[in-house]
Amino acid sequence: MFETDQYTINIGPQHPSTHGGLHVEALMDGETVVDAIVHLGYVHRSVEKIAESRTYTQFIPYASRLDYLASHLPTLGYVQAVEKLTGVEVPERTEYIRVILAELSRIASHEVFVGSLAIDLGATTGLIYCLRDRERIMDMFEMSSGQRLITSYMRIGGISYDLPDEFFPAVKSFLDNIPRMIDEYTGLISGNEILQARCQGIGILTAETALAYGVTGPNLRASGIAYDIRKVDPYGVYSRFDFEVPIGERGDCMERLIVRIKEIEQSGRIIRQALEQMPAGEVKDKVPKVLKPEKGKEVYHRIESSKGELGFYLLSDGTEKPSRVHVRAPSFVNLMVLPLISRGCKLQDIIANIATLDPVLGESDR
Amino acid sequence: MENLILCMAHALTSWLVSLGLSPWWADLILLTLQWTTIVMIITFNVLILIWLERKVAGFMQERLGPNRLGPFGLFQTIADTLKLLTKEDIIPARADKWIFMTAPMFFIIVAVLLYAVIPMGKDMAVVDLNVGLFYFISVGSLSTICILMAGWGSNNKWSLLGAMRSVAQMISYEIPLAFSLLGVVMIAGSLNLSAIVAAQHKLWFIILQPIAFVTYFIAATAELNRGPFDMPEAEQELTAGAYTEYTGMRWALFFLAEYTNLVAVSALASTLFLGGWLGPWLPSWIWIIIKTYMVMLIFMWLKWTFPRIRMDHLMSFSWKVLIPISLINIIITGAGIQFLRGMGW
Repeated sequence: MFETDQYTINIGPQHPSTHGGLHVEALMDGETVVDAIVHLGYVHRSVEKIAESRTYTQFIPYASRLDYLASHLPTLGYVQAVEKLTGVEVPERTEYIRVILAELSRIASHEVFVGSLAIDLGATTGLIYCLRDRERIMDMFEMSSGQRLITSYMRIGGISYDLPDEFFPAVKSFLDNIPRMIDEYTGLISGNEILQARCQGIGILTAETALAYGVTGPNLRASGIAYDIRKVDPYGVYSRFDFEVPIGERGDCMERLIVRIKEIEQSGRIIRQALEQMPAGEVKDKVPKVLKPEKGKEVYHRIESSKGELGFYLLSDGTEKPSRVHVRAPSFVNLMVLPLISRGCKLQDIIANIATLDPVLGESDR
Repeated sequence: MENLILCMAHALTSWLVSLGLSPWWADLILLTLQWTTIVMIITFNVLILIWLERKVAGFMQERLGPNRLGPFGLFQTIADTLKLLTKEDIIPARADKWIFMTAPMFFIIVAVLLYAVIPMGKDMAVVDLNVGLFYFISVGSLSTICILMAGWGSNNKWSLLGAMRSVAQMISYEIPLAFSLLGVVMIAGSLNLSAIVAAQHKLWFIILQPIAFVTYFIAATAELNRGPFDMPEAEQELTAGAYTEYTGMRWALFFLAEYTNLVAVSALASTLFLGGWLGPWLPSWIWIIIKTYMVMLIFMWLKWTFPRIRMDHLMSFSWKVLIPISLINIIITGAGIQFLRGMGW
């Protein structure tokens, strides 16, 4: 009779679909996954340790490099944490600019998500369409900060420069384009029957498991829990905007995709409101050159990044350098459910699961 | 124009005979020439096809595609080929050396063999076999073995997975492929491809056999290992599947063979369903080229639109959908023929 052996295959760290240096050791029985072990640390740069040997301001570019797909978001989280620690005030106009850029980053990150899901499932064209739209956001980032990917635009107590004049028509035309963009994604990617067959009912993450593992962000919302830090614990000026938190029901790959596509729409709404409400004025307050928070003061600040709850824990020892910095990386926490949702599915589903959990390895390995 | 190539062949034969060669030798030389021509045409055609594929992909993805080398980037593929030729040929230490080395050669040989029976114009099949269609299907299915050789010989888990997928897929799709062609054979009453083309001089079989055409098209995509059925390669999950360990020209041979298969399958589709070389005004061999390229463009369109289907969905689609549909098609065709005969047609 047939006797089958289980065998392991190493998905990554050099693999087309692991979104960076992710290594999944999969125990397979034929094409079925028996178990999966996630190995991390291939992109470890000891960012937290670096932060301890830099001044508060010097760490901003490093924070940009955490989540390089939405680099405004980790810098925003970091500078807000430092502002909380030192009590630096932020001008009104800056808050709005930060919201606009953060939401643009979120859209860019979600576009990469949709596109990379498409290409991970084999639809090359889907990726190009998403990247084409993301390119317009990158152009806007270039206008504002001179950088496309790693912007390092946020400053403690403000931002580096005010937005240039050509930024506003660009962002308006981008916002007008969002419905057409979403139509296209729905037609080409989420409306495709093959993609639906490969995503529906795959990698189901129940609400209880998601909560138990500490999964946050769109992944948690796809499981049916409307938990969005922008609503639950608003930071900056988020409490002034009217937007919805799209949620799913089953928590499968399809819903994780749909939730993100809907979030692009909501982010567009927020940007529109921010553009309307934005006052004129200065963008940077007077901030002391050397920041020395009082000794022993600690702060934890969290924001809703495109991946989930991005938290910064800072502990001051009274010098210009922090004594301890910890990053609560949503990608890291979210990745931990990968073995759980991959057990019993096919090899191809692991790829879909990785893609829909949307890890950024720079952030999860730090 | 119509008989240009045939006249050339006849002239050559008579010239050879006039040189004092016996007709048997003249035929042998002519056959060798025909094969060389076919191989040349295939290679040249693949160069164009790869360029075309990239251009089509570029067009669909709102970018330019190759555009640097030569007019419209036409020489890009040639440059790529030269690059591949100069690449280091790596044979993994733990590979089964002979199987690993011969797999791409067998693959290309099988692909070229397919062209023997396809009528590339009026009276222009190299071998006008009585059982041409049968030959085509049986030789076509041999390519599975070559992929299995590549996957097994590489001694790599990804390659083996790709090869196993390929075997499962080809066996499952061979059946609906053959069944879908049966309807055509029943109407034409022959397995000879030239006779099937001749039977379409009034009406193309795509009108009489639309279901068969669709099943053939889907099954052929799977047979060709092209997207959305490109399981053996499956770049995003199996890195490069059965071809993972191949480098340089060996790797290129697989692609050469796959494009060769693409042309053969498209040519068969146009022969069986689109009237083959039949067509007004233009010479017959131009007609079949036009039709073949039209079919190939549809293959490319599919590839660059759809995501890859999952392996188990692929299998259940074949066994639960395609095979029943093609069986029903055979029954309908048979009943229709019987009915029309009863009416006295």
